[in-house]
Amino acid sequence: MDMKVTKKKLGLKEKYKLMTRDLGWDTTYQAKEDVFPYVGYEGIKIHDWEKWEDPFRLTMDAYWKYQAEKERKFYAIIDAHAQNNGHLNLTDARYLSALKIFLQAISPGEYAAHKGFARVGREFPGVGTQVACQMQAIDEIRHAQTQIHAMSNYNRYYNGFHAFADTRDRIWYTSVARSFFDDAMSAGPFEFMIAIGFSFEYVLTNLLFVPFMSGAAYNGDMATVTFGFSAQSDEARHMTLGLECIKFMLEQDPDNLPIVQNWIDKWFWRGFRVLGLVSTMMDYMLPKRVMSWREAWDIYGVENGGALFKDLARYGIKPPKGWDDAEKAIDHMSHQFMLGLYQWSFGTAFHSWIPSEDDMNWLSAKYPDTFDKYYRPRWKHIKKLADAGTPFKNYGLAKLCQCCQLPTVFTEPDDPTLTCHRETVYNGQKYHFCSDGCQHVFENEPEKYVQAWLPMPQLFQEPINGDLGAWMEWVSLRDGKDNGDYAGSEDQQNFEAWRGLATTNQ
Amino acid sequence: MQIDLRTVAIQPQRQAFDHLVRRFGDKPASRYQEGSYDIQAAENLHYKPTWAPEKALYDASLSRIVMQDWYALKDPRQFYYSTYTLTRARQQETAEANFAFVESRGLADMLSDELRDVALKVLVPLRHAAWGANQHNTFICGYGYGTTFTQPCMYHAMDNLGIAQYLSRLGLLLGDTDALEAGKQAWLDDAAWQPLRRYVEDCLVLRDPVELFVAQNVALDGLLYPLVYERIVDEHLSARGASAVAMLTQFMSDWFDETRKWVDAVLKVAAAESEHNRDVLQEWTRSWSARAASAMVPIVELALGAEADEAVGQQLAALTARIQKTGIPL
Repeated sequence: MDMKVTKKKLGLKEKYKLMTRDLGWDTTYQAKEDVFPYVGYEGIKIHDWEKWEDPFRLTMDAYWKYQAEKERKFYAIIDAHAQNNGHLNLTDARYLSALKIFLQAISPGEYAAHKGFARVGREFPGVGTQVACQMQAIDEIRHAQTQIHAMSNYNRYYNGFHAFADTRDRIWYTSVARSFFDDAMSAGPFEFMIAIGFSFEYVLTNLLFVPFMSGAAYNGDMATVTFGFSAQSDEARHMTLGLECIKFMLEQDPDNLPIVQNWIDKWFWRGFRVLGLVSTMMDYMLPKRVMSWREAWDIYGVENGGALFKDLARYGIKPPKGWDDAEKAIDHMSHQFMLGLYQWSFGTAFHSWIPSEDDMNWLSAKYPDTFDKYYRPRWKHIKKLADAGTPFKNYGLAKLCQCCQLPTVFTEPDDPTLTCHRETVYNGQKYHFCSDGCQHVFENEPEKYVQAWLPMPQLFQEPINGDLGAWMEWVSLRDGKDNGDYAGSEDQQNFEAWRGLATTNQ
Repeated sequence: MQIDLRTVAIQPQRQAFDHLVRRFGDKPASRYQEGSYDIQAAENLHYKPTWAPEKALYDASLSRIVMQDWYALKDPRQFYYSTYTLTRARQQETAEANFAFVESRGLADMLSDELRDVALKVLVPLRHAAWGANQHNTFICGYGYGTTFTQPCMYHAMDNLGIAQYLSRLGLLLGDTDALEAGKQAWLDDAAWQPLRRYVEDCLVLRDPVELFVAQNVALDGLLYPLVYERIVDEHLSARGASAVAMLTQFMSDWFDETRKWVDAVLKVAAAESEHNRDVLQEWTRSWSARAASAMVPIVELALGAEADEAVGQQLAALTARIQKTGIPL
């Protein structure tokens, strides 16, 4: 006789529930508000955490198994890449400027996301939500590490990578990304989820990762392509989490709508400004270009974003406030940005350059309404100065926006010949902004943004006291190696010499 | 015969990133070093947290422990994401094979009712304690200072979750969903489990990352794992013919052996830093391990009955010796 007792058949959903949310309980020895002290002050009302729908159902055993498989492949490829001098397969070492910016500004952001998700993975009172956030926390440290490991070999041969841990905290342009992630982490748990989980991971991530990884593939950078591919399935999980989170907040209470809308407006604009760096990479820094920033925006911004906000309209969500201003900036921002980077290239740990005639022809084809009219003449003038031996360098300090921390190089949405500049007086102090979007963000929370660390005033304080050489030392920038024009740089000379060794018999 | 393949040799410009050269000298860095040291933002933090405006975004003063360099608290296993995941993936394969073995041979059905009952009664409620451990380690990772200290805590938290899930599967295999329900009921209401639940809940309101590390990873785990998985499962149950249970908990035994090396290394370096640290650690390890020991007694009784007091006493002595070895006088 079969003694086996027939067990209840468990569905996948039921089983996952037993493996996660059934583990938690309502505490009785300690009050709930003491166990989860940060969940109330933002004003988001959650009535029933049980209504949370798990965005994916992954138990730890499956997680270890899948992730280990990906890790094995990733390190096998980057080891081979390092061993075979894979860097000599790059289209051109100019390409590395994009990677240098990535390592200095974006990889630290991955780490910040890791810490932030660990925090919300503890602070949310729902087990389902916590587990999903914890998995993202461990994924994000993975991304920070795979990026550092993939770029480590470039650091052995090229300038500009060596001091990423110093530039992250001290150099002026990384404070754009740093202030973005610091802003999200200093917010409450729900706003953090809208900032990173929704706006960054869902709305903007395709604009960052797809062009970046395609750019790497187009330009022979196997190391970066590999971490991109390897991170993709993690990113898919993160996107689902971000979307589930926003829907959950909106479904729980109608009072949440205005708060969430306000965060969407804020974080769309904050994210859009950070992505300015990507536009420049796509239009200028890739020797072999994938598509223009305008084309990427049309696909990943207008089409995908449009569909998303149509979907969210049933909750009463409107497209972000700055959407129209963003659209108006698309055909201008990469040019304005690269012109800025070029004139301040003495202060960047990456190279910039004057686009070649071919490059400019490509740009005018991609930007028929703006490039020839507004930007080609400026590049031509700069080229003339360079040819005459008097290259254009702007040793004046950039005026930085108090909110996004970019130099105020952008123009009025409806007048590309007029620099956009806004001011707000708060507690007797004057603050400067690059746009209406940034001014609005500030005015909603001035007490937060007056605290911002601004790299330019730092120049006149200890230990620099206005001395450029002291500043370079403080940010670990090696003058004549890390900075300046790509033309004539050590990176250029080395790359050409090494490639010559590899491809000729000289 | 060795043939040297010829490749184009080019001269590297440098060996490692600046911050690693400053720490370890001008030589190639390991992947553990690259992925762990100085990767947390350290200076010019932009805003105060709105959730704790008197603190900084990364704030070492959340703990009473003071370190001149928090990166000194390194992990002797040198786990970064990749080595961690590969290690657990291998262990996961073994665990899977063990579950399959027990299931396919019908070993669970061969257990006597009495032993099965003991196994379910002791092990199933522990899935909730493991969830508590997950909360604490997630907290330490989130609010602790310095990646070498906080990164293994994230791995530890995910391990705690994995253990809670293995215990749930064990409950389903030896019992059914009813076993999980009964276990939760016991966790919530039975007198035997209340001291431990109170311990875990009291830890949920601790906000000093290092104290939490001591309370969970040193004191509670330091008693619970040897008592439950060595004393009860490996000795008591196996000796009576229930070695199938030991197969289902092999992951936990192996895990404890591995992770205690890291836990001890953290204590050792933190204690060696200063007299102040030593005093604080002494106070914490003393009070939390005493509390953990008394919380464990009624649970161990479920299996060992009258021998429980002695078993816990022995284990407490062993833990005390272990802590003393790290340089903390008890």
